[in-house]
Amino acid sequence: METLDITKETLIAECRRLKSDGYRFVTITCLETGETTLELIYHFDRDLELVHYRMQVLKNDPMPSLSPLFFAAFLVENEIYDQFGVKFTDLVLDFGGTLYLDDDDDITATPFCKFGVKQAEKPSGQGRE
Amino acid sequence: MIKNIFRNFVSGSATRPYPIEVRPGFKDARGELANKIGECTLCGICARKCPSQCITVSRKDQYWEVDPFSCVYCGICVEACPQNCLLHYAEHRKPARKKSGLLLNKNESPKLTVVSENR
Amino acid sequence: MSKTIVPFGPQHPVLPEPIHLSLTVEDEIVKEAVPAFGYVHRGLEKLAEKRDFHQMIQVVERVCGICSMIHAMCYCQGLETLMNVDVPRRGQFLRVIWSELHRIHSHLLWLGLYADAFGFESVFMQFWKIRERIMDINEATAGNRVIVSVNQVGGVRRDLSPSKCEWILAELAHVEQEMKDLESTMLNNYTVKKRTVGKGVLTQEAAYELGAAGPTLRASGIAQDMRQLAYEAFDELDFAPVVETGGDAYARGVVRFRETFQSIDLVRQAIARMPQGDTFVKVKGKPEGEVVQRVEQPRGECLYYIKANKTKFLDRLRIRTPTFANIPPLAAMLPGMELADVPVLILSIDPCISCTER
Repeated sequence: METLDITKETLIAECRRLKSDGYRFVTITCLETGETTLELIYHFDRDLELVHYRMQVLKNDPMPSLSPLFFAAFLVENEIYDQFGVKFTDLVLDFGGTLYLDDDDDITATPFCKFGVKQAEKPSGQGRE
Repeated sequence: MIKNIFRNFVSGSATRPYPIEVRPGFKDARGELANKIGECTLCGICARKCPSQCITVSRKDQYWEVDPFSCVYCGICVEACPQNCLLHYAEHRKPARKKSGLLLNKNESPKLTVVSENR
Repeated sequence: MSKTIVPFGPQHPVLPEPIHLSLTVEDEIVKEAVPAFGYVHRGLEKLAEKRDFHQMIQVVERVCGICSMIHAMCYCQGLETLMNVDVPRRGQFLRVIWSELHRIHSHLLWLGLYADAFGFESVFMQFWKIRERIMDINEATAGNRVIVSVNQVGGVRRDLSPSKCEWILAELAHVEQEMKDLESTMLNNYTVKKRTVGKGVLTQEAAYELGAAGPTLRASGIAQDMRQLAYEAFDELDFAPVVETGGDAYARGVVRFRETFQSIDLVRQAIARMPQGDTFVKVKGKPEGEVVQRVEQPRGECLYYIKANKTKFLDRLRIRTPTFANIPPLAAMLPGMELADVPVLILSIDPCISCTER
């Protein structure tokens, strides 16, 4: 599986180019690669061919959102925030951490991370196994 | 649809009066799980391979126990058994009022048990 | 002209799936719809850390009950790519047969629920009666009615004898005849057309841009079907995607109805062309690397990302299911519709919330 590397600064420009070339947004995969690092892989598709873009991210680092360009990205970015704690700025529809949980559930952990993440606004919690 | 309605009036009912009449199971269906405990060597391979971890094997106390209410009837234990002593009946397990496990001891008669919580 | 916010779901008599929509309505016309889910989240992706990659087949099958065999097939295909295993030809044909049978029974289930959404309970029962034949085929050939555990890494676990193949063909002939009897009820009926034609229109550009998948995409005129990737035995079968150009709820119904007939035809072709041979190969070792695998489920395109690191537990398993991709188009097609059309439109994208939330 081949991937192209991309950084936070070039992300939006590259996605704009892909959109004008006729590519369709498929999904974003997030995985944990270390105690403080995560990796985001973006998948795009055109005519049954997939291209993948890989980006290294630090935990607690805010990321630009693709939802102004590709509306369909808002759902998966909300899910990544709930599961891994990555904050996306300019989300078109921001659930604020309540996609899977209710507002009054006081859980602050990011369950998919093996190493805990301290949330910025709420009191800190350890990542659950 | 009119043809369908007339046909349904004339032919019999499409459902069976269960539990008065029970459909016999298909030959290759995965029904209730059983063990021929006389041939079992208590090696424990079935317990290791089970995806839902519903089998407990104890060499020390000489028993093999299954929780038929957690079993997902996938048949992996049946294929993995080196002695071929595990089998699926064609009929499914009957409904019950309480959940209970099935304990087969090599030296005593089979009995129903309370399912242990630490699985 | 005041606005009201109507909370629709997750418990509702006409809604088959636990999805919640906050509908902002003004005088019965929906102005905005905000979806919310999370009622059946089970964290199955995280379970990959506790169950080894062979046991994960059973877990992955339970992501969705209706397309369960196709989830397991996609997962096994990903692992076979990582471990460089070639499934024997007969095993590939058997996988095609069981996955097309799953597609038939999923579409029959959907047709029944669709009819129920606008009140045709008799038609609902008739479609599910036809579906019982497919359930019996599943139980007699693969072992279980709904979640057939028939995939393993390297092939399939069961075989089909010639007498079973003949029995399957006879049952499918009944299914085809019974569906043809109901065709005019579902597709040419005045009431059905009044409730579905022109509702929830997705233009071709909107469907492509919003990332719709499956019949939702093909009903808007885009001929894209993952079976064109020719995985398993599809390279030897004659197959072309079923496309409609209406883009409304009626077109989606027509696409799924015609896909059922196409699946019956594919099963017949597969049984006729299936070669003799082994059904699986023995697989040893542990996987390493990462792979992306896509298949066509009854509801659309499903993507699996698997990352393995030579231990018996997978590093990361990511599943992107088709209903997850179809929810933004749903949120975009609801504004402008009346409140009574909302259940029909939600059903027209064929939601499967257990897939969406895993």
